[in-house]
Amino acid sequence: MTTWTLTRRAAIAAAAAALAFGAPANAEEKVLDSIHFLIPGGAGGGWDGTARGTGEALTASGLVGKASYENMSGGGGGKAIGYLIENAASQHGTLMVNSTPIVIRSLTGVFPQNFRDLTLVAGTIGDYAAIVVGKDSPINSMEDLLAAYKADPRGTAMGGGSVPGGMDHLVAAMVMQAAGEDPTAVKYIPYDAGGKAMAALLSGEIAALSTGFSEAIDLANAGEVKIIGVTAEERVDSYPDAPTMKEQGLDTTFVNWRGFFAAPGLPEDKLAAYQAALEKMYGTAEWEEVRARNGWVNIHNSGDDFRSFLEGQEQVIGDLMKQLGFL
Amino acid sequence: MLEGIMVGLGTAFSLTNLLMVIGGCLIGTFIGMLPGLGPMSIIAIMIPVAISIGDPSAALILLAGVYYGAIFGGSTSSILINAPGVASTVATSFDGYPLARQGKAGKALTVAAIASFSGGTIGAILLMIFAPALATVALLFHSAEYFALMVVGLSAIAAFAGSGQVGKALLMTLLGLIMATVGEGALFNMPRFTMGVMDLQSGFGFITLAMAMFALPEAMYLVLDPSRSNTGGGSSEIKDLRITRDEAKAITPVIGRQSIQGFLIGVLPGAGATIASFLGYAVERNIASKEEQEQFGKGSVKGLAAPESANNAACTGSFVPLLTLGIPGSGTTAILLGALIALNVSPGPRLMVDEPQIFWAVIISMYLGNLILLILNLPLIPYIAKILAVPRNYLIPFILFFTLMGAYIGQNNATELLILVGLGICATVLRFADYPLAPLLIGFILGSMLEDNFARSMQLYDGLGFILERPMTLGLLALAIILVVLPSYRARRARLRAEGAADAD
Repeated sequence: MTTWTLTRRAAIAAAAAALAFGAPANAEEKVLDSIHFLIPGGAGGGWDGTARGTGEALTASGLVGKASYENMSGGGGGKAIGYLIENAASQHGTLMVNSTPIVIRSLTGVFPQNFRDLTLVAGTIGDYAAIVVGKDSPINSMEDLLAAYKADPRGTAMGGGSVPGGMDHLVAAMVMQAAGEDPTAVKYIPYDAGGKAMAALLSGEIAALSTGFSEAIDLANAGEVKIIGVTAEERVDSYPDAPTMKEQGLDTTFVNWRGFFAAPGLPEDKLAAYQAALEKMYGTAEWEEVRARNGWVNIHNSGDDFRSFLEGQEQVIGDLMKQLGFL
Repeated sequence: MLEGIMVGLGTAFSLTNLLMVIGGCLIGTFIGMLPGLGPMSIIAIMIPVAISIGDPSAALILLAGVYYGAIFGGSTSSILINAPGVASTVATSFDGYPLARQGKAGKALTVAAIASFSGGTIGAILLMIFAPALATVALLFHSAEYFALMVVGLSAIAAFAGSGQVGKALLMTLLGLIMATVGEGALFNMPRFTMGVMDLQSGFGFITLAMAMFALPEAMYLVLDPSRSNTGGGSSEIKDLRITRDEAKAITPVIGRQSIQGFLIGVLPGAGATIASFLGYAVERNIASKEEQEQFGKGSVKGLAAPESANNAACTGSFVPLLTLGIPGSGTTAILLGALIALNVSPGPRLMVDEPQIFWAVIISMYLGNLILLILNLPLIPYIAKILAVPRNYLIPFILFFTLMGAYIGQNNATELLILVGLGICATVLRFADYPLAPLLIGFILGSMLEDNFARSMQLYDGLGFILERPMTLGLLALAIILVVLPSYRARRARLRAEGAADAD
């Protein structure tokens, strides 16, 4: 679970949001009396930070009266999903946080359920993926990396902070596929945390690293790595020096989203209230503060948009995983 | 550098910052004594407080105090009730708890305090002088070397393989290695060996297993075998802090060696304090003389001093990749990195140049934190040790409460409690059958790192070629063999010599 969610940014998110203080400014009209956040992992993970940060912004801005939090780890998040479905009738006041892994793990069958078994509320934030190389590497662009790979496929390993078939691997495979290479032939080396993968990159064990964009920015700012490609549609404001995959002729876009789900059979009016609260949250100064502190990117998909986004992602990831032999 | 040190001293010795260090140390020590709340969770709890201070130096000094306090407090539960709350204090309980059982709790806590202090202080000095130069050392190790390092760490089990126990110790190590494979590893995208139980999908929790193997059987042992249930509380020696001159002589070189070795291992992002403590224990045991070796695992002051100085020095060492490269080597430094970024400080090679006052203030506060911990804790030891003087019908429920709470507190998952009790009963049976339980825990902790690094090396070199292609890997593997074989070789030679002498008569 940690391999998916515990990025360095997320670690602060969790930590920084562990205590939400400051009296409510009540600048906004109250939309809901209370929200109970169900967090499928332990304290300190990425899901924990997202739920607590969102709760902090919602209560501090006065959109929601009170927020409570419950950590329910187990089964890499599966336990909380099962709990929400089994106790659906009594869980109308609950929002569960989740992210890209719910799609991947449903595909692999690790979770017996998938997102269709839940009420989709909204996707709220996200992070792009990036390919980075060490500062002293002779590689300066995706073109260089592909040339190095063609020259020595077995010696040009790519690393990432997730298991084979996990998010970082899928991004690396997507890029190679877009370049016309066989995605199954790429040597992908998994590490159990982003920091260790970064150390392996700097020590020269791997040629390039597939990682989260916000995580890469910090090291790029410190002058440790070069970001040679980001999976956004256009260059991202927080680090405009990083070229997109698209402008380098590789048709790859990817967003690791985080968002909220509710129990199945949630009444329409309740769903509308949750969605309204989250939508209004984006305009508040309190949210801007939480978002900036954590380096999150606003990627808002509500209701039906969220459904079509998830279905699209399921399609792309499912096809790729079949091709890679993980399904 | 002198100029930097002066700036750092100036910052660290302001009244607010001194209060921060003292406050941080106290909070860290007391929360750290609870099993289940390691440095990582305590720092996570304290970060919002630190951020609200605003001044990055003061905030970091507070967090560094909390960090050291938590490491310091963590060894207390290992020594007193055999309940290591964090992996890096498992080795502390090997000899710390037997000492407490012999009624020498006060002495054990004092040795631990002095070893921690020395490890932390020597570490801080090394960090101060060599930090920039060590950035390259941090990147010297590849997966192949980490694999070899874990093998060296495994040689610590030799301490539990006394006469006639070799088979049992190996069996328990194997069991630990097997248990480490349960759940989702870093190398497979499907859970293994979970038998369809959803709660096993993330594998066995470290705290759950540590409590089940150490603290719970210990408490049950006290109930089931009243003849051996002397908790050591009766003797007046319990509050006695004094260390004899011989003991001081014995532990001084151990502390010196392990502070340096521990620091260097801490510098490696893939190793950390746990590996440092096991390696420290293994190395010191295997180079000790035959008589001293017999004592390891039964209450040796050397066996207690080695992991305690090594894990504290390693915690300081882990600041090298954090401050010079911006790479977190452990979960705790990852959270600290988060705090740095939230305070608008970018760690990396430029930190020393751009914001020297922060860099030096952190280093000076490490030194100060260690000193204050020693001053605060030495007078408290008699009172803390007296916990063991509580009558056993009150003490045992107290141990059980802490054990169960430790397993529940981090995860909020009640199934952990069932797993804990189930494994705890198995462990108690094994204890009565005289199987050593420590090798199981060592195998479990090292197992996943051993497997991950081995598999990565196999993948990178398309086979076992890395053993021969990387000289450092070969060297470390050879060292592991020497560490295991050397003691028995020396023993044999001594025996042969004794026989030879007898023949000559």
